[in-house]
Parts: sequence; structure tokens; C-alpha cells
Amino acid sequence: MQFSEAFIQTLTWLIPLPPLLAFALIVLVTNRSKTLSHVTAIGLMGLSWVMSWIVFYYTLSIEHFGEHVIAAAVDWLPFGSAAMGTQPLQMGVLVDPLTSVMLFFVSLTCLLIFIYSVGYSNYGKPRDDHDRPGTPPHGVEPLYSRFFAYLSLFAFGMLLLVVADNLLLMFVGWEIMGLCSYLLIGFWHARNYPDPKQITPRQAAVKAFMTTRVGDMFMLLGIAYLYSQAQTLSFREILRSDEMLTHLATTPSVVAGLMVSHVVGLLLFAGTIGKSAQFPLHVWLPDAMEGPTPVSAMIHAATMVSAGVYAMIRMFPLLSAGWRPGDPLTPPMLAMAVVGAFTALFSATIAVAQSDVKKVLAYSTISQLGFMIAALGIGGYIAAAFHLVTHAFFKALLFLGSGAVIHGVEHGHHHAEQLAHTGGHAAHAPAAPFDPQNMFNMGGLARRMPITYWTFVIGGLALSGFPFVTSGFWSKDEILADAWVHAPVVFVVLAVAALLTAFYTMRQISLTFLGEPRSAAAEHASENDSIFRPMLLALVVLAFFAITAGWVGILEDFLGLRMPFPNWFHGYVGGVLLEHPPALEFNPVPLAASLVVSLGGLLFGWWVYRGYRKGADDPLAGPLGAMYAVLRDKYYFDELYERLFVRPAVWLSETFASEWVDKGVIDGTLHLVGRGALRLGRIFRDYFDAPVVNGSGDLVGESVKRFGRSFRVIQTGRVQQYLLVGMAIVVVLGAVLLLPGLGQ
Amino acid sequence: MTAAQVIFLITAVLTLGAGVYVVAARNLVHAALALIAAFFGVAVLFVLLQAGFLAAVQVVLYIGAIAILIIFAIMLTRRVMEDTGPQTNRQWWLAGIIALVLFGAIVFSLRLVPALQGVTAAAQPIPTDTIEKLGFAFVDPNQYLLPFELASVLLLVALIGSIVISADRK
Amino acid sequence: MVPLSWYLALAAALFCVGLYGVLARKNAVAILMSIELMLNAVNINLVAFWHYLTPQVPSGQMFTIIVLTVAAAEAAVGLALIISIYRRRSTVVAEEIDLMKW
Repeated sequence: MQFSEAFIQTLTWLIPLPPLLAFALIVLVTNRSKTLSHVTAIGLMGLSWVMSWIVFYYTLSIEHFGEHVIAAAVDWLPFGSAAMGTQPLQMGVLVDPLTSVMLFFVSLTCLLIFIYSVGYSNYGKPRDDHDRPGTPPHGVEPLYSRFFAYLSLFAFGMLLLVVADNLLLMFVGWEIMGLCSYLLIGFWHARNYPDPKQITPRQAAVKAFMTTRVGDMFMLLGIAYLYSQAQTLSFREILRSDEMLTHLATTPSVVAGLMVSHVVGLLLFAGTIGKSAQFPLHVWLPDAMEGPTPVSAMIHAATMVSAGVYAMIRMFPLLSAGWRPGDPLTPPMLAMAVVGAFTALFSATIAVAQSDVKKVLAYSTISQLGFMIAALGIGGYIAAAFHLVTHAFFKALLFLGSGAVIHGVEHGHHHAEQLAHTGGHAAHAPAAPFDPQNMFNMGGLARRMPITYWTFVIGGLALSGFPFVTSGFWSKDEILADAWVHAPVVFVVLAVAALLTAFYTMRQISLTFLGEPRSAAAEHASENDSIFRPMLLALVVLAFFAITAGWVGILEDFLGLRMPFPNWFHGYVGGVLLEHPPALEFNPVPLAASLVVSLGGLLFGWWVYRGYRKGADDPLAGPLGAMYAVLRDKYYFDELYERLFVRPAVWLSETFASEWVDKGVIDGTLHLVGRGALRLGRIFRDYFDAPVVNGSGDLVGESVKRFGRSFRVIQTGRVQQYLLVGMAIVVVLGAVLLLPGLGQ
Repeated sequence: MTAAQVIFLITAVLTLGAGVYVVAARNLVHAALALIAAFFGVAVLFVLLQAGFLAAVQVVLYIGAIAILIIFAIMLTRRVMEDTGPQTNRQWWLAGIIALVLFGAIVFSLRLVPALQGVTAAAQPIPTDTIEKLGFAFVDPNQYLLPFELASVLLLVALIGSIVISADRK
Repeated sequence: MVPLSWYLALAAALFCVGLYGVLARKNAVAILMSIELMLNAVNINLVAFWHYLTPQVPSGQMFTIIVLTVAAAEAAVGLALIISIYRRRSTVVAEEIDLMKW
């Protein structure tokens, strides 16, 4: 198939729009019909997917695509002119290798998650009496149409961010996603827990929104500062111009000792810290698991958190302006390397001690994002982009798999309850609220849910970097290889994090799927219901990509073999940079390290949890001792932030601002002014208004009224009387006019 | 006294008599029948005045349409109006005086206009193609095209208006 | 021949009879009938003037036709109003239809 370039440009403009249309259609038109709503959302998302893949396919045939990108722009606001030395602000779309890779996986994962959501929301089941809007469904989701509307709006934001050709438009998409994330995390806004300390979806939504807002604020500052210095926000103009980058890297900034590019880079990185949940703004992501599982998969694994990393990859030339491989790292890169590596290790340790199946994945996501950020920080541009792609596939797979597990266990729970009732267990005490997300309640699901099991295992192996087959191995190996060459300290940290990753992944698989069922719910879990069909479809497709997505980036001289296919990913994405980064030499040390950590972690995890029995403590709790509680409680960061930020903020608003400033100072002043004005007004009223103005006014009014009252009796409303009077006047007038003529 | 004068006088008496009966009768249906008689008298007068077309229109329109409409209205509203009892309001005597005075004034003022004195015959011979002229005058833009069209619009508006007004709204 | 003044006098008489009816009758339909009498009186005038003074010009007859049109419209709308009022207030007595007063 051949496409013209103009056609591809138009297509690029159109890619984000179908989901927006779907949002509008669902909200305005189809929201009454569940079927129509999901058909609209999936159909239009599918259209976006087809267009994205056409664009991707087209770019494969372009030689030196990095230089010959697909770009189109229109003047947005006409401010700025040649005379002022500035250009009008332009809005446009850009497809370069990075964008096209993003389009490839974003559109696909979005589409699959849409399809998955049909099953996840129990579409096709009868309505349950317990179903109330804003709570998780027993029967079918009451706010089904709204859910798809939000998902569509979210997909629009992500696609807009990906195709944007400038920072401002990208930021627009970024914020749309922030809003959707808020709406979707709080989707079950009416849900409450018996334990008051457990965070509710409503609180989690606010928390996520506020936390990311901190990062976004810095990012906006960075964008503004960049615009004031560069007079443009276009990616091409800033990132592919040596002159511009040198200018930015050598102009001293407002902060002593730092260049403009450093300050901008640090500010933008702050945005990413918020969006991609890096330390210290990581606290929102685990709580965001309160949202429905497709949302967790979409927003908090495959797309939105990747957007933060994507922004960093996109802005990498600016972040590394003035840096050559081998030089000391620039301040933004240093910050990224430190924060990324620390986050990777830090959250991997937390994940080890979590019991909620989704929380483990949430911390693992933070950890993997830390891998990418750290890779970027040490200059591993391509490794970061590569891991971004593979991670999106296997993490979406894991999240969706965990959703299927939760559904299956809930199913089993209902089934077991029904059995208990019909089985005549009269003394069946009201059981403690069952937590279908707790891994310690599962076990043995491999036999009950085989497809879910196998896809989950594929995702888990990819996450832990199981050698040679899974995509995660290749991308993680590349990161480790980069780190080995550029920054051995980072290499060590990341290797430990990878070991932990493999360990907690195996722990999760063992607890969930292996061994004997540890509850009645797990015993009766099943994936045979009709609602599982769309879910399993999404799982299988994602599992395919979780394996194969890694094969496009295998080093050419891997193990000294001549690979049958070249390292396509490196050549393709590397074209984005001004200078094509040199391909790494094959090095046995990082390979050995990654083999050891992944296989070792997996084996160790299997060994520790192989014999876990119902009711026993977590086998880790003994050896780790007090450390286990610290890890389980996430190093007490939530409590720390509560003390440090939330309570002071509440005190500031409730006591200081409300009680002292508002009620004391402002109200006091206002009351004083008010009292004075009142007194002045009373004087005016008594001595001027009442006697002079009212007196004369009343006089006029009263006299008109009196006049009217005396004459209104002649207005009887009887038409014949009026006519009679009229005729009498005619007769009289006629007499007056005619009588003088008599004499002649 | 010529035959024309005799016919005129008889017609005039009948017409006036019918008119007086219209305004004086207690029974409204009778009044409506007298109204038809008065219309018919006027039609005869039109014939005397050699306006045959108008006489035909008078019969068709007034007697055929308006009078029938009025009779319908009488029948539709009959229940509330007793045929017994006075059919006039309290100001009837004042109305009579004014009508009489006006009549006197008109007749009196007719005598003051010299041009009307002693006119007993048409100034020119009555053309035989009056109807033709009338027809052309209607569609001639220099004569009466505009009034003609306005009159048709007026009729349309009245038609729609009366339907809207009398429609039975719930 | 019949003098013009006879016609004029007859028309004046018919007009005044109609006027009396309009002013004195109670029933709204009767008032409408009286108005028709007045219009007829005017028509007699118009045709008489045409016949005696300007027989060559069709203006007199033309005006008569216009008056006829207006009379038809007036009868239709007037009767519709009467029926509408009758529906709402169950009366056709002109004196009782006095909504438009203070």
C-alpha cells in the first residue's frame, strides 16, 4: 500500500480526535444505552488505532526518518511578529520515530483496555439490587456509559500528547489526562470502607490530583521559562538545532551556577516526578489503585505514567545539552539518575511486603519507571525508550490479569456464599468483609483460571526479565548494559532492584496461582463466565506483545552471534537525536548480572513461597523482623506527608486563614467599614432623603393617583358605552362644524 | 311617479323595515332572517342602480355566507340568551336619540351640498362592459392591483385568525 | 327617475338604524348584525354615487367590493371572538364582557 505524505499528515491530525468524538457522543447522545456507548467508544478508539498503525507502517518505509519527519503546523495565536524577533505561536503535529513507536503501543493498549472494560464492568449481566452509582458493581456497572466516556477522553489526551509538536500542546494533553485520572480513580466515589484508615476512592482521587499538581506547577514554570528564553516551544526548533541547544546550555540562568537548559530541565523533570510517580511524589500511584482495574492498567501502567517518561525522552536533547558521552552528567541528568535509581530500588523493596495484588503491581510500576528515568539520566536514551515500550505491554498485561483474578475471586466468593446458604449452614455467622484483592486469600488459581494464569505468568516473567524470551529481558538488559558503561553505581542499584523485582513477581505468582486454595472464594473462582471473554481476549493479545516486543531491540553482536535481524529499534528511534548514539558493544558482565538477578530472584521467590499454607504469616516477616512492617507501611511516607504537608495546610486554611485572617482581620475591617457606612447612610436618610426627595416624589405620585382614582369610574370596560360617548362627540363636533354653514 | 320610483320606494320601505326589525326583535333567529331580507333589499337597490355584478355578489356573499355564519353563531350561543326579556341595554334611549340626531344631521347636511341637488339621472350613459372594466381594474398595477392583493391577504389572515381564536384549546 | 338624494336618505336611515343596534343591543351577535347593516348602508351610498356621478370609472364598485371583503373578514373574526368568549365565560352579553376595565 502506498500513501501520499499529505494523506499521512492529515491522518496524524486526526488520530486524537475519534476518542474525543466518542466522549462527546456518549455524554450527549448515547449515554442511555450501554451497548451503544461501548460500541461508540471501542469503534472510534479502533479507528484511532487503525490510523496510528497506518502512520506507523508508513514511517517504516521512510529512509532516515529522523530527519524526514511528518510534521504539520498552523499558526495559533498571532501574537509575536518578525519585527519583534519572535514567531507566532504554532500548534501542530509531529511524527518522528519516537512518536510513531508511542503511537504503536499507546493506541493498541488503549483499544485492548477498552475491550477489556466491557467484560470488567460485567456488561451483559442483570442489574443487581445492590448496584448504586459510584460503587463497584455486583451486577452490571451503573455508570457504564460514563466510564467509557471518561476512558475515551483519556485516550484523547494521551494521543494528543503523543502527536503534539510542541511543549504547550503536550502540556494540554498532559493536563487532560490529569483530569481523567482524577475522575477515573474516584470513579467509585460513593465507596466507603469499614476501616476509616483505609483510603477511599474519593480521597485517593484528590490525593492523586493534588500530588501531580505539584509536579505540573513546576513543569508549567519550566515551559514558561523555556519560552521566554527560546521564543519557541516547538520540539523540532529546540531539540534539533545545535545552535539553540548550545545557546540554552551556555546562557546563565536566574539560578546561580546553572544554565538555562539546566533550570528548564530540572523544572520539567519535576513535572515527570509528579506524573510518573517518582520519589518523593510517588505516594499517589499506589492509592490510585482504588480506581477500577482497567483504569489502573491504562492510566497507571501503560499510558499516563509513561507520559512522564515520554516527556523526558522527548526533551532528552535539552536535558543533556552540552553533554557528550563520557562527560560529567548535566545537573538534570544527575537528578534523574539519582532519583530514578533510588525510586527503582526503594519501591521494589516496598512491593516485596505488599499483600494487595494491585498494590504490588503499583509499586512495581513505580520501580520500573525509575529504571527508565535512571537510564535516561545516565544517557541511555534508547534503552529508556525501549523499556518504556516493553513495560507498557507487560505491565498492562499484569494489571489486566490481576483484574481478571479479582473478578474471578469475587465470582468464587459469591458462588461460595450461595453454596453456604443453600447448603443449610444455618449458623453461618456474618463473615468478616472479604477482600478479593488480598493475595493471601488466593492460591491455587492456576487450575481454576488457566488462561489468566498463563498470560499472567508471561507478564510476570517479562517483568522480571526472564532471559532470551520475554521482552522485559531485552530492554532491562540494555538499561543495565548502559549503566555498566556509564555509571557503575547506578548499575549496582538497578541490579539489586531487578533482583527484588524478580523476587516479588514470583512471590505474587506463587501466592496467587500456585499451592492450594486458601479460601472458599479461591476454591470456586472461575473464568468461564461470559464476561471474561473480552477480558481474556485482551490478555492474550497483550501476552503476545509482552513476548515479541522485545525482539526488535536485540543487540546485533549479542553473545558474539550474528543476529539474523539487526537492532532495528536502535536504528529507528536513535534517529530522533541530532547525533545518532553509538550502539553499545556487547558486554558479558551486565548480561551475566541480569541473568543472575532475574533467575535468582525468581528461584528465590519460588523457594520462599513454595510451601506457604493458609493462615501462616508471610514467610518474609520472620527474617525481616521490624523491617517488614516498615516496608508494608511504605516507609511511612503517607504518614510523613500527612504531618508535613496535609496537617499544616489544613491548619493554615482552617485556623490561620479562616479563624485569624478571615474572621479576625478581614471581617473586622469589613465590619468597621460597614458600620461607618451604615451611620453615614442613616444621616442621609433622615436629613435629605426623607424630607426632600421622598416629599416631592410622593407629591407627584399622590396627585397622579388621586386624579386617576377619580377618573377611572368612566372606564367601565363596556364597549357600547365607549361607542356611545364617541358618537355623542361626533354629533356635537358635527353640529359645531355644520351650524355655522346654516346662515349662508 | 315612474315605475322605478315605485319599485325604489317599496324596496326602501321593506329594507328599512327589515333593518328596524333586526335591531328591535327579541328573537335573534327572527332578527337574522330580517337581516337576510334587508340584504336582499339592498341587492334589489343595486339592480336598480344597474350594478348587476354587485347585486349578485351581495346575494352570494352576504346572504350566502355572512348571514349563514351569523345564524350558526346564534345557534351556538343560543343557550345563554333567553329570547324573552329586554334585548336592549340600559342606554337604549340615549342610543336612539343619538341615532336620530345623526340621521337628522346627515339629511340636513345633504341639503347643504349643491352638487347633489336635482341629480335624478346618470351623468353619462352606464357602460355595458362594467364587469369587464372591473376585472381589468383589479389586475392592473396602475389601478387596484395592490388593494386587491391586500384584500386577499386580509381575508387569509382573517381566516387563519378566526380558526386560531375559535379553536378549542385544552 | 329616482333622485340621488332618495338613495342617500335611505342609506342614512339604514346607517342610523344599524348604529342604534350597535349601541343598544345586548347580544354580541346582534351587535355584529347591526354592523353589517351599517356596512350595507355605506355600500348603497357608494354604488349610488357611482351610478349617478362617475359611471365610466369603476372606482365606486371597486370600493364596494373592498367593503364586502372587509365585512366578510370582520364577520368571521368577530364571530370567532364571540364563540371563544362564549366558551370561556359562557356569555355573549356585551355588557358582561368587561375584562378591560380598571
